[in-house]
Amino acid sequence: MIYFDNSATTRPFKEVLDSFVKVSSEFFGNPSSLHGLGLEAEKLLTQARSQVANLLSVKPTEIYFTSGGTESNNLAIKGTAMLHKNKGRHLILSSVEHPSVRGAMEQLKMLGFDITYLPADHTGRVNLEDVKASIQKNTILVSVMQVNNEVGTIQPIAEIGKLLKHYPTILFHVDAVQAVGKVPVNLIENGVDLCSFSAHKFHGLKGTGALFIREGVRLDPLLSGGNQEWKVRSGTENVAGAVAMAKALRMTLARSELDLERMKRVKSLLRTGLSRIDDLSINTPLENSAPHILNFSIKGVKAEVLIHTLEQKGIYLSTTSACSSKKQLPSQTLLAMGVPDDLADSAFRISLSYDNTEDEAEKVIVAIEEAAKQLRKVMK
Amino acid sequence: MNYDHILIRYGEISTKGRNRNKFVDKLRKSVRIALAPFPKIKIRAERDRMYVLLNGENAQEINKALKNIFGIQSFSPAIKVKRDIEQMKVAALSLVKRLYKEGQTFKITPKRSDKSFELDTEGINHTFGGHILENIPGIKVDVKNPDINLKIEVRSDAIYMSCENILGAGGLPVGSSGKAMLMLSGGIDSPVAGYLTMKRGVEIEAVHFFSPPYTSERSKEKVIDLAKKQAEIFGSMKLHIVPFTAIQQTIKEQIPENYSMTSTRRFMLRITDEIRKKQEALAIITGDNLGQVASQTLESMFAINEVTNTPILRPLLTMDKNDIIKIAKDIDTYDISIRPFEDCCTIFVPSSPKTKPKREKVMHYESFFDFEHLIQEAIQGTETLTIKPDSKPGSEFDDLF
Repeated sequence: MIYFDNSATTRPFKEVLDSFVKVSSEFFGNPSSLHGLGLEAEKLLTQARSQVANLLSVKPTEIYFTSGGTESNNLAIKGTAMLHKNKGRHLILSSVEHPSVRGAMEQLKMLGFDITYLPADHTGRVNLEDVKASIQKNTILVSVMQVNNEVGTIQPIAEIGKLLKHYPTILFHVDAVQAVGKVPVNLIENGVDLCSFSAHKFHGLKGTGALFIREGVRLDPLLSGGNQEWKVRSGTENVAGAVAMAKALRMTLARSELDLERMKRVKSLLRTGLSRIDDLSINTPLENSAPHILNFSIKGVKAEVLIHTLEQKGIYLSTTSACSSKKQLPSQTLLAMGVPDDLADSAFRISLSYDNTEDEAEKVIVAIEEAAKQLRKVMK
Repeated sequence: MNYDHILIRYGEISTKGRNRNKFVDKLRKSVRIALAPFPKIKIRAERDRMYVLLNGENAQEINKALKNIFGIQSFSPAIKVKRDIEQMKVAALSLVKRLYKEGQTFKITPKRSDKSFELDTEGINHTFGGHILENIPGIKVDVKNPDINLKIEVRSDAIYMSCENILGAGGLPVGSSGKAMLMLSGGIDSPVAGYLTMKRGVEIEAVHFFSPPYTSERSKEKVIDLAKKQAEIFGSMKLHIVPFTAIQQTIKEQIPENYSMTSTRRFMLRITDEIRKKQEALAIITGDNLGQVASQTLESMFAINEVTNTPILRPLLTMDKNDIIKIAKDIDTYDISIRPFEDCCTIFVPSSPKTKPKREKVMHYESFFDFEHLIQEAIQGTETLTIKPDSKPGSEFDDLF
């Protein structure tokens, strides 16, 4: 099997699963319970939180565990909007955001908030001047993802953060779900106020994630209940998931130090190899793109059919993002980049993990070339 | 050119006459503990300076660690060069260039510990000042208020050059002033009292009174976490956990409620003093702060202190609460201290303790019961932990992470 769909989800590390099972079965106490079992669970949660915080160079009190990227994004955006609605009702987002950011914003729009979409250039990147121009007196939040999930474009987070330092009342939210372990996440340096993480994108488990909330920043909670996570996220803590996430993050960052160069080589091999195929165009920009995502379109080939053809050979990749591929809609990101409809409609995404090799890349190039040739014959 | 060593200037140590070597040794030990994460470094201690040779370790990270060590007045990352004018020119220029931003001024401060060097002070100024002026366009000299002060120190073995002077934590090296027992409750004050005493060179061991089931495991955890913070300064610290339930229950039965607090404090002090004797320490430190609560009036201290003539150090006595909180935040103990768990002081608090207890009265009340065997039992049941500084709390779970 060649698994090239790591931006959809990754295979959990075995060590991570082992921790999850052990914590779930042996330390099953509720961290809020007063007795010893509760205390042990609480200690595990505390240790998980400090480990995640240390790895991200922030304070443990700035890490809030959630159920994943979607919840973190919703909490950051709606939590800010609800708390600050009397200060201002204008929010800014890029036009290439993940559906959980876009959807949260659209929901707020129905409630009477104003939202501004920042345009993206042909590489999928937003322009600092556009951010500046979009800021109004009543702007309360700017949300820009660090690495786009469909094409891998890296957004100018440091520059936007620097700009927003001049606007102390505007919070800066970054969706770093695709960035962790692939590009540096410098929360404090970049002036980030809120940042979303999802563990299953870095070999942790589904249903676990975190939101970084910078010290001093406040949010309204989405969930009411037992006031866990300093009242920001009620619900009995997923201790085993948090421990697993802390371990997955440590291991991923360690792998990143060892194998990032190889990942870059695999991607570059794929880029060179694939771009030789007739009618194939690469959508991922050469500059400012993450080392693990490569998006391309093949003119005249129906995406879904190619996916299934490759699957028969044990090769797994996606048509754009897993979240939107079932809807059969062309990729919003590609359309925002100005890719024509028909090409956006036949777009594919390869996304790598640190386990993928150059050998696998060679095989996939050959397989795609053959499949494309064959399909075009049938479909013409 | 990268910094190759850090020059450390001693604080008050240099005034310590014949005991100086002892102080320098203690400081060397503190530095070694603080820099344990950097295995490649070498420490060389001399009579009036200490040198940390970096051997490729990160100077910035090491600066951070040095800032917290007591006994260091200031320190400077520096370059060591041979006594060769050409090599010195290259080093001087590279140091200034690294810091220089447009429009800034500089001066050179030469120091000739070795007078046999071929250039005199004026000559050093001239040669290297001229070289810098020639090679950095726009830079100006300002001898009164320079942005960059390049220190060139001529010693018999080599030349030392540095541009930055970073302030240290001051104080005296830990352990140079003997040992004392800290009564560590879990509140905001006692860790600060411990910190300030350590700053004057005192090594401390902590004593904590634990009353299960009236106080929970969590409150013990909290004290252990506080001890871990304090242990960072000396590399490790002993924590004595005294089982106190039986004594507190007996006090409740024997002593009138408004005197129970006074009596409790007296027994804590007696037990601490016994442990002090065993550990060969010379004083007891408390977080007492005059007038803050009922046990901390002068009358109270007078009634409580009667049980021992061991020196009781109260470094916070005259401070305002806000100043104490500020220090607690600076030394990272505040967030631990405010965790909401009962400790032995809060759970048995009488509704209206005497703010002006009489010594004779408390002695009278205590005379009806033989507390001595309870005290001995508590001392025998005391659990002594050696606490190591630890960035990861609860390390028994390490394989899970």
